Amino acid sequence: MLELLIPSLLQTLYMVFFSTLFSLILGFPMGILLVITEKGSIWEKPTLYRILDGIINILRSFPFLILMILLFPLSRLIVGKTIGTTATIVPLSIAAAPFVARVIESSLKEVDRGVIELGHSIGATVPQIIFKILIPEAMPSLIMGVTLTIINLIGYSAMAGAIGGGGLGDLAIRYGLYRFQTDVMVVSVIVIVLLVQGIQYTGNKLASKISKK
Amino acid sequence: MVDIQNLSKCFKVGNDDLWAIKNVSMHIDKGEIFGIIGLSGAGKSTLIRCLNRLEEPTEGRVIIDGTDITSLGKKELRTTRKNIGMIFQHFNLLMQKTTYENIALPLELIGASKKEIESRVNALLEYVGLEDKRNVYPSQLSGGQKQRVAIARALANNPKILLSDEATSALDPQTTKSILDLLSRIRDELGLTIIMITHQIEVVKDICDRVAIMENGEIVEISTVEELFKRPKSKTARAFINSLSSDIQEEFIKPAEFKGCILRLSFWGDIVKKPIVSHMVKRFDIDVNILSGNISQLMSTSAGHLIVELTGSDEEIQAAIDYLKAHDVEVEVM
Repeated sequence: MLELLIPSLLQTLYMVFFSTLFSLILGFPMGILLVITEKGSIWEKPTLYRILDGIINILRSFPFLILMILLFPLSRLIVGKTIGTTATIVPLSIAAAPFVARVIESSLKEVDRGVIELGHSIGATVPQIIFKILIPEAMPSLIMGVTLTIINLIGYSAMAGAIGGGGLGDLAIRYGLYRFQTDVMVVSVIVIVLLVQGIQYTGNKLASKISKK
Repeated sequence: MVDIQNLSKCFKVGNDDLWAIKNVSMHIDKGEIFGIIGLSGAGKSTLIRCLNRLEEPTEGRVIIDGTDITSLGKKELRTTRKNIGMIFQHFNLLMQKTTYENIALPLELIGASKKEIESRVNALLEYVGLEDKRNVYPSQLSGGQKQRVAIARALANNPKILLSDEATSALDPQTTKSILDLLSRIRDELGLTIIMITHQIEVVKDICDRVAIMENGEIVEISTVEELFKRPKSKTARAFINSLSSDIQEEFIKPAEFKGCILRLSFWGDIVKKPIVSHMVKRFDIDVNILSGNISQLMSTSAGHLIVELTGSDEEIQAAIDYLKAHDVEVEVM
C-alpha cells in the first residue's frame, strides 16, 4: 500500500505546489488589475476592466476537464507532452489563474476605501498605493485566498488524475475503482482529506497570526 | 494662504446633475483655524476634498500658498499634496502597521532614509504624546490615540496646511477636547493653517477663529466665531447655537438629586407631533416630571429632546420605557 501511496502523494504535492505557484503568478496581477481599473478606482480603465472581466468569466465557466483537454496542445508546447504529472501543471495553472484573480480581487476590495483616500492625500503614486497600502492591508485575507486556491487545486489535481495526470486522484480511480481495491480508494481519499484539513488549518493559523485587526 | 474662488462641484446621479457645492468663494489667512460647519449633506466634506483635489472641482479655482491647485498636473498635484496634511473622521490608519510604521508612511513614499525617518517619527511621537505606543497596532489604541497617530502622520512632511474632515466626530466629548487642544497647539507652535469641517458647534466654539456656515452646497454666512455667537444671521447658524444651549441645560441636571428615574428621550420625524408622553402617563401607573425639553427644527425634520423624571414602581417604569421604545423613542437612562 505504502509503495503505491507515497509516489502518488508526492505527485499530488508536486502538481499542487507548482500549479499554485504558476496560477498565482498569472492570477495575482490580473486580480490587481481588476481592482485598480474598475470604474471609480485608482487607475480607472473601464475598457481594460471589461475585457479582463470577460476573459476571466469565460475561463471560469469552462468545466475543468474540458479546459484541460482543450489545453493539451499548450502542454505539448511547453513541456513536450500531454500526459503525466508535469504536463498537468499547465492546464491546472491556467484553470486556476482566473479563480486566483477573483480571490485576489475580492481580498483587495475588502480594504477600507479610507486608507486609499489617505494614500492620495499623502501624494502616493498608483504603484505606491498598491504595494505600500492595498497589499499589506489585505495580507490576512490574501493568505486565506491562497489557502482556498491550494485546496481547490488539490481537488482539480485529483480530477486531472482521471485523464493521466497521476497523483492521489489517479490512484483512487485506477486501483480503487477499476481494480475494485476499495482499501486503496479509501486510503487515498483519507490522505486527500488530511491534506486539505492540514492546509486549511495552517492557512487559518497564519492569517490570524498576521492579522492585527 | 488659501483662496477659494467660485468653486462648484457637480455629481452626475443618473441623468441628473447634483450640485454638491455651488459657487463657493472664501479666503483663509495664514495661521488661522477656519471652521466650516453644516449639517450632513450640506457639501462640506466635498468642499474640503476639493481643496486637495481628492474630489475634482467642476468649476472654480483653489489657490494655496500662491499655487493654483486646480491647474496642476497629476505629478505636481502629488508633490503639492505632501504640503497639505489631512486627517479624517475614521482616522484612516493602516491596521496592519504599527503606530511607528503608520507615521513613517509619508516619509517612506518620498524615499527618506531609515535614519531620517527614525528621528522624524520619534519627534512626532513625542509631540503627540504617544512615545509609549510606538510598536502598538491601531486596533489596540483608543479613538483619541488613533487620531493622534493620524495627526502625527499628517505632520510628517511638515505641511503648511492641515485639513480636518470631521476629525473629532467619532470621539467622545473629553477626547474631542484633547484633540482640539493638540490642534490649537499645532497652530500656535508650528504655525499651520487649519481648515476644519465639522457638524459640532462645540468644535467651532472651542478653537476656530472664523467660521463659514454651509447649507445646501452654499456658504450662507462667514464671520468670526464671536460675531457668530453674538449675532447669528442665518437660520442654520441660529439652530446650531440653540443646540448648544440645550446641551448646557442638560449638564445642570444631576440624576443623584432626584428620587425617580431620570430619562433622556430623543425623538424625531412624525413622533414629534404625537402626544406620546401623555399617552404613557395614562397607560401606566407613574408620574412624570418634565425637567427640560426642546424641539429643534432641523433641515428636513424636527428633533425633540426631553429630560423627564419618572416616579412609580420599578415594574411600571420598565413597562413605560418599553412602551416608549416600541414607539421609536430613543430612551437613555441617566
